[in-house]
Amino acid sequence: MNSSLQKPTDFREMSYPPYRRGEPVALFVPCYIDQFYPRLAEATVRLLSGFGVPVRFPAEQTCCGQPAFNSGYWNEARRVASHFARCFAPFQWIICPSGSCAAMCRVFYELLDPGGKLPEVGRRVFEVCEFLVNCLGIREVNVSFPYRVTLHIGCHTRRELGVIDPPRILVESLRDVRFCPLPDAEECCGFGGTFSVKMPGISVAMGQAKAECIVASQAEWLLTTDISCLMHLEGILRRHPQGKEIRVAHVVEVLAGMHDGRPLAGPK
Amino acid sequence: MKISPLEGAAFHTAETKWLAEPRGPKALEVATKRSAKTRDEIAARILQWESWREQASRIKAYAIAHLDELLSQFEENITARGATVLWAENARQANEHLLTIAKKHNVRMVVKSKSMVSEEMELNHVLEAQGIQAVETDLGEFLVQLAGQRPTHIVTPALHLSAEDVGRLFAEKLGEPFTRQHEQLTAIARRHLRRRFLEAGMGISGTNFAIADVGAICVVENEGNAGLSMATPPVHVALMGIEKIIPSIVHLPLFLQLLGRSGTGQKLTAYTHLIYGPSPGQRFYVIIVDNGRTRILSDPRLRSALHCIRCGACLNACPVYRRVGGWAYGWIYPGPIGAVITPMLVGIDKAGKLPFASSLCGACYEVCPVKIDIPHKLVYLRHLATTHRSPVRSRLEKLVWWGWSLTMGRKWRYVLATGLARLGMRWVSWSPWKPKLLRAWLRARDLPPLPPQGPFRKSWKKLEKELQISGQPPTAQSHKA
Repeated sequence: MNSSLQKPTDFREMSYPPYRRGEPVALFVPCYIDQFYPRLAEATVRLLSGFGVPVRFPAEQTCCGQPAFNSGYWNEARRVASHFARCFAPFQWIICPSGSCAAMCRVFYELLDPGGKLPEVGRRVFEVCEFLVNCLGIREVNVSFPYRVTLHIGCHTRRELGVIDPPRILVESLRDVRFCPLPDAEECCGFGGTFSVKMPGISVAMGQAKAECIVASQAEWLLTTDISCLMHLEGILRRHPQGKEIRVAHVVEVLAGMHDGRPLAGPK
Repeated sequence: MKISPLEGAAFHTAETKWLAEPRGPKALEVATKRSAKTRDEIAARILQWESWREQASRIKAYAIAHLDELLSQFEENITARGATVLWAENARQANEHLLTIAKKHNVRMVVKSKSMVSEEMELNHVLEAQGIQAVETDLGEFLVQLAGQRPTHIVTPALHLSAEDVGRLFAEKLGEPFTRQHEQLTAIARRHLRRRFLEAGMGISGTNFAIADVGAICVVENEGNAGLSMATPPVHVALMGIEKIIPSIVHLPLFLQLLGRSGTGQKLTAYTHLIYGPSPGQRFYVIIVDNGRTRILSDPRLRSALHCIRCGACLNACPVYRRVGGWAYGWIYPGPIGAVITPMLVGIDKAGKLPFASSLCGACYEVCPVKIDIPHKLVYLRHLATTHRSPVRSRLEKLVWWGWSLTMGRKWRYVLATGLARLGMRWVSWSPWKPKLLRAWLRARDLPPLPPQGPFRKSWKKLEKELQISGQPPTAQSHKA
């Protein structure tokens, strides 16, 4: 009886440990970034080393287990998560350019393995912007980006990690940038992992509503903390009469000055 | 290409046909969005909102942990004032109790105010089978009953009907002249309902809160119909789920503050009824119903779903609910909270698909006034649905994920498998045939092409050398910290 009377744990409330200069960080490159967006991983490395953070890449890493976890296959997810924990156990800092995968490690490992080894490692995973602003104390970057930009923060980043300000702080600090607030910014874009192909009708309807908002913001660039949302949104924007011309990138790519590299970035 | 949001709503497509109508989904979307916005604004004005949520959540946690004591205390206190308390393990027993009472008092007609438990019991059908007429008096419920439909929302049952729809409905079913004027429509409903209150032999209400220490029930409403249903007929039966109990009357104001704001964006509902016992000459019964709630109680990961005060805020906030509407969820509780409690109340073997009808965006948790962690419960229910008998459990899918987990469990297997997958994707990109999931993606979305340089891990060594990461710490390049 008494267990239910304890303070309900809210994993989303946390204080950030301070980062001491020179401490190595492990880069976690989620599987789909490794395969589809290698330049984002490269941008993350360049950005972090630019700030003097020594980056390591544990070569054995694969995936955090989120696809199976969200699909209900927890035993399978646990196997992959255990591999993740083995790879990253030696590191105090684990940095990931995807808020969703970081949320999987930091928040959902606790559900997968309550009080066990997985959350022990998962707790040390941070999203890049979050790490830069909250742990490194960075408030501005000296990169010129003379465009109108708007920002989409993925729901896991926003609500599970509680990371809302850091990406915005960094984007607004870009030189010559014009920040266009996104209407209904906190609405889900409809990606939702396997949801996007399991219930494509709803997923696309949500994405199209988001696309309307992006167009309404009058931005030339759509930046995001979650490239998986962006894959979905970009796919929809390319077929949108006014959205076709809007270029897309991950926040980190812009911060590292690598936003022009992606083949699909910009109109074809 | 026009994509209707209906497609893929495999959790209950047959009942969502109306979504295909151009006006259908928009009306619902606009209405829910407006409700959500009002709620956001009114909650933002309360500085201590988060602390209220936390308090309410803890009070509910206490109440759920002490159901046995609190329910007995409630029974003792309210019985002392002349009420009769009856207990029902399931809907069937609750219906039996109700029919016994109706028979005893020779009831031919019943007026009902809004009660979700009565929907769980399918009470109207049960009563009608016994020749007892049941009239819904909540305006929204009255409309959907008249239209022969089911409620689409737990707080605003006729959210999907426009004033014009209502005008046509009244013209057709009640023989009234057509109008779309709100005042006239309300006047028509009032004229038709007033008679019923006086004729009815029994009034049935739900219960928003049952207060243990004083032995009273609290019912909130905006129209006054609940008050009339409870007070006018000679017999009043209140239905309540076991989880409606709160320990003390001192907790009530907190819940009223949260409920009004979360449900309808009001500081307080227009009417708040506290019923301590029967009025003189009246008989008063309370039927306390379990109907699957102890199943939720028995699982610590789902237990807090019993905190729910049925405000409907999560429905309004849910981007999926807004598009598919209440009927898609197949039972009486739609939206995020429905996707959590329906599988537990009717069985995961029937409702196993519901927890998948979510992008796990977490908007529901953010607005929940009693902090039910709905998205985390949804993933847990997905886990239950794939490991128990349910419509989503599939040997093939299990095999696929098992293979996936083996692949992802070691680097060499991952490298091998992704290498093969890349070849496969090259082939698929020019092949006219595409796998089902890819087709689902491509119907309304483009897919970025595979990057020519291959996976990141292949370029890491080069990058490491270039940045001399393993050597001395590099100097800040173009950035200033």
